[in-house]
Amino acid sequence: MSSLRILVPIKRVIDYAVKPRVNKAQTGVETAGVKHSMNPFDELSVEESVRIREKKRAPGGVEDICVISAGPPKAQDVLRTAMAMGADRAIHVDVKEGEDLEPLAVAKMLRRVVEEEKSNLVILGKQSIDDDANQTGQMLAGLLGWAQATQASKVEFGEGDVVSVTKEVDGGVETVRAKLPVVVTTDLRLNEPRYANLPNIMKAKKKPLSKKTLADFGVSNERRLKVLKVTEPAPRQGGGKVEDVGGLVSKLKELGAI
Amino acid sequence: MLCTARRVVAPQLRGRLTQAATSPVAFFSPAALRRLASTLAILEQREGKLNHGSLSAILAAKKIGGPIHGFIAGSSIKAVAEEAATADGVEKIVAVDNGAYDKGLPENFAPLLVENIKKGGYTHVIAGHTAFGKNLLPRVAALLDSQQISDITSIESENTFVRPIYAGNAVSTVESSDAIKFITIRGTAFAPAELGNGSAAVEDGVDPKAESLTEWVSEDLAKSDRPDLATAGRVVAGGRGLKSKEEFDQIMQPLADTLGAAIGASRAAVDSGYADNSLQVGQTGKVVAPQLYLAVGISGAIQHLAGMKDSKVIAAINKDADAPIFQVADVGLVGDLFEKVPELTEQLKK
Repeated sequence: MSSLRILVPIKRVIDYAVKPRVNKAQTGVETAGVKHSMNPFDELSVEESVRIREKKRAPGGVEDICVISAGPPKAQDVLRTAMAMGADRAIHVDVKEGEDLEPLAVAKMLRRVVEEEKSNLVILGKQSIDDDANQTGQMLAGLLGWAQATQASKVEFGEGDVVSVTKEVDGGVETVRAKLPVVVTTDLRLNEPRYANLPNIMKAKKKPLSKKTLADFGVSNERRLKVLKVTEPAPRQGGGKVEDVGGLVSKLKELGAI
Repeated sequence: MLCTARRVVAPQLRGRLTQAATSPVAFFSPAALRRLASTLAILEQREGKLNHGSLSAILAAKKIGGPIHGFIAGSSIKAVAEEAATADGVEKIVAVDNGAYDKGLPENFAPLLVENIKKGGYTHVIAGHTAFGKNLLPRVAALLDSQQISDITSIESENTFVRPIYAGNAVSTVESSDAIKFITIRGTAFAPAELGNGSAAVEDGVDPKAESLTEWVSEDLAKSDRPDLATAGRVVAGGRGLKSKEEFDQIMQPLADTLGAAIGASRAAVDSGYADNSLQVGQTGKVVAPQLYLAVGISGAIQHLAGMKDSKVIAAINKDADAPIFQVADVGLVGDLFEKVPELTEQLKK
């Protein structure tokens, strides 16, 4: 079994617990002064990579866990968090605030990174909770011509570079098997990410973080989708409360729901 | 400028095309022809049965205009293709008969689609935002260098689409400049095309017979006689308030049976093991929009609301009068679900 060189792409997004507000100009969501953190699905990717090493789940061992994020300088915060969780090193690709990359551009960049880093396993979150696209992992696998296993809830390694992945699908789960190299995307039930403790946060400050630009990987931020406007969804008005079950039934009848 | 011009010109061309019964090639240069919208709707099948939910892609394609072709692949596909050919609005069903595509593995299904898209010269490719569509379509889009537009809820024009972002807390309208537009649609936003009226031709597609890099091993699907969660007219959903799997089943099943409803669950209920993963409603689970959504013991976190707030009528039973679910519920009842739900089930039976 080849030893694993794992690449974990992570994204800095508005914290999942924050209710996003559309800005006045209707060009996007208000991000200034809003709490950001690592995309929750990416935490699962980092955790899984670290567990593969800690539990010695891969027969060939784990040689390297590299995290990468493209974004403004603040993206370095989530890279440090990932290193505090156990990643070995990080790459920050500097992209100006507000010039976010589309999934296709991210996938093109990651293809180059994979080639340079000689990665044989890429673990991504299944989707980012800001754009909700659910595309990057599949696009990357397509561009690389690699096998893909999306929405993973279990990843197992066997002899002969075989990776078995249990995937969450509509109505249940499905298991597929492939040989390395593989792209895996994580679903919520894959694991429970750890909290980085203080000693590890301190250690993470000393781990290597290299700074790059898109040009270093020969890609540009070519946008294919133009955002015409961003609006609030039509508000839903609560219809008030009823006193008892009888009131609930008659109200539901009145609304034509039963 | 160019895009505006295209939008104006295209309907005129289409009008002239329908008038001219003779070959359009005689009238228009290939460049002009390329600008006409034509859509490939990806249909799903499972063990030789057409997934009727996937016919939503045809309805969405109708809103774009231009001819609509359906695509389906799998073993002994003829019967499924012929059923799909009766869908209202479809001109042609492209079918590929090969058992290698039965499980929808993206490593061979993507090259299959690439070849058929190239051959058909489509401007739009539409699939459902289902496990199958999500897994497959971005791979195809990347192979054809296109930025996919995911989970759209509305089509404004042939290049402008509306989709929810931030777990449905914002709605984004985007314009695509890609030559081929790859789109996944939110099933609850587009009804499935009706079967029975159409009489499309069934044609064999190209089969590049690419190898799949993954091998399908097994599946474990939750068996249920209840309506499918994603398409059910009524959904009753339980949350952490149910306290255990036994109580979840004991309280929710009679209620669901009485209403003829599908059962859903919040992430908290799923994570605590009260309900199966496949029942989860929310940003990371299923998105539903039934006539009635009855939330029992669910507080109403934004991730959950993302999956159900387009329901026609929302009702909630919760003991916490300040639970956020009451802000979106058309009717709310504050009380202990262990008392109120059995009482409700009894009253509904009458």
